[in-house]
Amino acid sequence: MSPARTRPATALRVRRRLGAFVFLTPGLAYLVVLLLVPLALVLSYVFFQRGRFGGVVYEYTTENFSRLMDPLYLRVLGESLQIAALTTVIALALGYPTAYLIARLPRKWKTVALVAIVLPFWTNFIIRMYAWIILLNGPGLINSALKSLGLGPFDLLYNQGAIVTGLVYSYLPLMVLPLYAAIEKLDPQLREASANLGASGFTTFRKVTLPLTVPGVLTGCLFVFVPSFGNFVIPEMLGGGKSVMVGNLIRTEFLKARDWPFGSALALALVAVLVVLLLAQAWAARRA
Amino acid sequence: MRRSRLLYVPFWVTIVFLYAPIAVVVAMSFNSGKSAYTYEGFSLKWYGVLAQDQRVLDGLLNTLIVAAGSTVIATVLGTLLAVGLARHTRSRALDAIALMPAVLPDLVLAIGLLLFYGLIQLTLGLYSVILAHGVFAMAFVAAVVRTRLANTDTSLEEASRDLGAGPVTTFLKVTLPQLAPGILAGAMLAFTLSLDEFVIAFFTIGNLQQTLPIVIYSMIRFGVTPEINALGAILLLVSFTAVIAGQRMTKIGEARAQD
Repeated sequence: MSPARTRPATALRVRRRLGAFVFLTPGLAYLVVLLLVPLALVLSYVFFQRGRFGGVVYEYTTENFSRLMDPLYLRVLGESLQIAALTTVIALALGYPTAYLIARLPRKWKTVALVAIVLPFWTNFIIRMYAWIILLNGPGLINSALKSLGLGPFDLLYNQGAIVTGLVYSYLPLMVLPLYAAIEKLDPQLREASANLGASGFTTFRKVTLPLTVPGVLTGCLFVFVPSFGNFVIPEMLGGGKSVMVGNLIRTEFLKARDWPFGSALALALVAVLVVLLLAQAWAARRA
Repeated sequence: MRRSRLLYVPFWVTIVFLYAPIAVVVAMSFNSGKSAYTYEGFSLKWYGVLAQDQRVLDGLLNTLIVAAGSTVIATVLGTLLAVGLARHTRSRALDAIALMPAVLPDLVLAIGLLLFYGLIQLTLGLYSVILAHGVFAMAFVAAVVRTRLANTDTSLEEASRDLGAGPVTTFLKVTLPQLAPGILAGAMLAFTLSLDEFVIAFFTIGNLQQTLPIVIYSMIRFGVTPEINALGAILLLVSFTAVIAGQRMTKIGEARAQD
């Protein structure tokens, strides 16, 4: 029995409460004011009318929701989903074998390879997108290289392909890391057992490795999909004015059209899609 | 083993994919010509142009101010929050709120804050960005410190409490020294994230000032010049050095912990 237990229970409880209060209040107060209140504002502005120069007129309306159902906006949502899904699939196709190899490297090289994968992620995001503009642009390096082979020039920049390239480039490390963690954790004896029982390398992968790393796959896909779907910088820089994703619409409504209520409705649609995906991921992870 | 050699192909494709654009930025920063596409010869002149570009220098200063301010907020509040969540409550809801800024799309946080600042009629500027960066940086500090807390033996804290020390004394004299490496790692993460953050700053800074990422963004909209390459090369050097130094530090820390 520790001495604390012999003290009167009330004094202990008061101290506990005091501790909880001292440690939790500052951070939570900050998050309530600068996170929960702003999110509640986004949620409530959806039901009001737009002000003339931004802001909001406090008159109830459901018009912002009905506008969301406009085929124009639905198409943008659909296209954003499609771009984010394509990005996720490519990142998975590139990331899985990469993570698989890294997990099987000798220990010393593992760290080096992981740092090499993550390093670009820590460099300025805008500069990295700028690099792709230089590479993909009409007179850019890829076209110059193709020209010397007698090919091109191709329109590589300012289209959906450029957006997907930029998105894969930006979020690939977020795919590799959870995959690596999942593959690394696998007991090598399972693979050996499978091989000893006569399974080919591919069968072992399909029946042993892949099913056991599904949680990692799901996490990686989520990590890539979420920032891709809500992105507005990459579609703007690499997609030009042609392709618009839902993030671009939100940005325009807030900073240019100054229709805050409708911008909030679009943001809500974005969050709704992500919440559905999160729930689906949690469900799939539990079944895996 | 042919099969495992085949595995190196996607790995190297990934590495080339990740580093080719970076290499191009660095190479073209030494271009003596005006074009960002055609290399004409070696020169350092764009670094000179960069060093005299007042907008870039102002942007750099603003970025450092924002990163320093938000790191202080995030480190202090995030550490307290992590300790509170780990040791003083079992509420899953509070856990979720603390982690929320890290998973919420940056654009949604950005517009929420824009609406909030508009409502309380706060004039936008560097401090509105500092407060905004504090929100997501705090979530990362709290997460890193909590990982450290989970790996810390609670018996020392219990001993301190049993000997009659209050929660604050226990925190200052027992918990905090044990957490120091985690807090430092969290602060470094917060600082780096703030340095590079674009979306939230873009929405909450107003028209009068710019952070460095916003400066670069508007420079690119004007057209591509080797000056941006020079700036990019310097930023790459800084972040590569920081990451590798951080890696070395954790390695040394681990080695010491094993002794």
